[in-house]
Amino acid sequence: MTIANILIIVSISVGVLFSVVTALGLVRLPDVYTRTHAASKSSTLGVLAILTGTFIHFWIVEGIFNTQMIIAIAFLFITAPVGGHLIGRAAYISGIKVSEQTVRDDLGPAVQRKKKRFALSKKPADD
Amino acid sequence: MSTQILLNFFLAFIWMFMTVSFTPAGFAIGFLIGLGIIILMRRFFTGRLYLTRVWAVISLFVLFLKELILSSVQVLSIVLRPNMNIKPAIFEMETELQEDWEVTLLSALITLTPGTLVVGISDDQKRLYIHALDFEDVDKAVSSIKNTFERAILEVSRP
Repeated sequence: MTIANILIIVSISVGVLFSVVTALGLVRLPDVYTRTHAASKSSTLGVLAILTGTFIHFWIVEGIFNTQMIIAIAFLFITAPVGGHLIGRAAYISGIKVSEQTVRDDLGPAVQRKKKRFALSKKPADD
Repeated sequence: MSTQILLNFFLAFIWMFMTVSFTPAGFAIGFLIGLGIIILMRRFFTGRLYLTRVWAVISLFVLFLKELILSSVQVLSIVLRPNMNIKPAIFEMETELQEDWEVTLLSALITLTPGTLVVGISDDQKRLYIHALDFEDVDKAVSSIKNTFERAILEVSRP
């Protein structure tokens, strides 16, 4: 029982720590892309750890094997990267600048080339 | 691969019908015996034995969890640093993966490991544009992704 309690406390504490780091990162980081890093991933790990702690608590302490927690973790893993990718991509295509600290930008020329190609062919840009 | 798994289930059901024991234990015994038969008959199948692919999937998952935790700690140290001296960058990476699901899986794994975020994929799906939170060297960043995730996905999809 004590080992289970230690496991629950550790995993929920780690989850709360990563959630706090996510919030701090949202305040401190310079531009939308670096903020997406914090928002889409540290929070994923945070929620994952909290859900795991809850699952272990209900399984070992209360004796309820709740598989909905596992399903929630799996869905989180599927949807979080798609959300992060789409926010970053939509921000870039609609012309949000990267911060001044950025040292290298390979996507800019590629987007320019693509926009030129679509302008020449008079086709609606589908991206 | 799926043919072999289906055949394994079929053999397990045959075993259940032969022994007239319709229980989970009977199914498990039949599955193990069917697995033995499939391993013995492996030279008649065109692809690999499906166990090696299952093992590759498991090792990919373990690798992913390891990278997730390691790079989360790295982001934690960046965010908590008093003067945040980071160098974000968007770099280009050539991928040798072909299929749609492989590219999707690779970009999901890249996005889920903190420090890297996929912000664009070229139309021919040959190049990924990755935003890195703290960037040092393009060769180092590309090779770290290629040596971990891409190799593991290739290991899964190898025929």
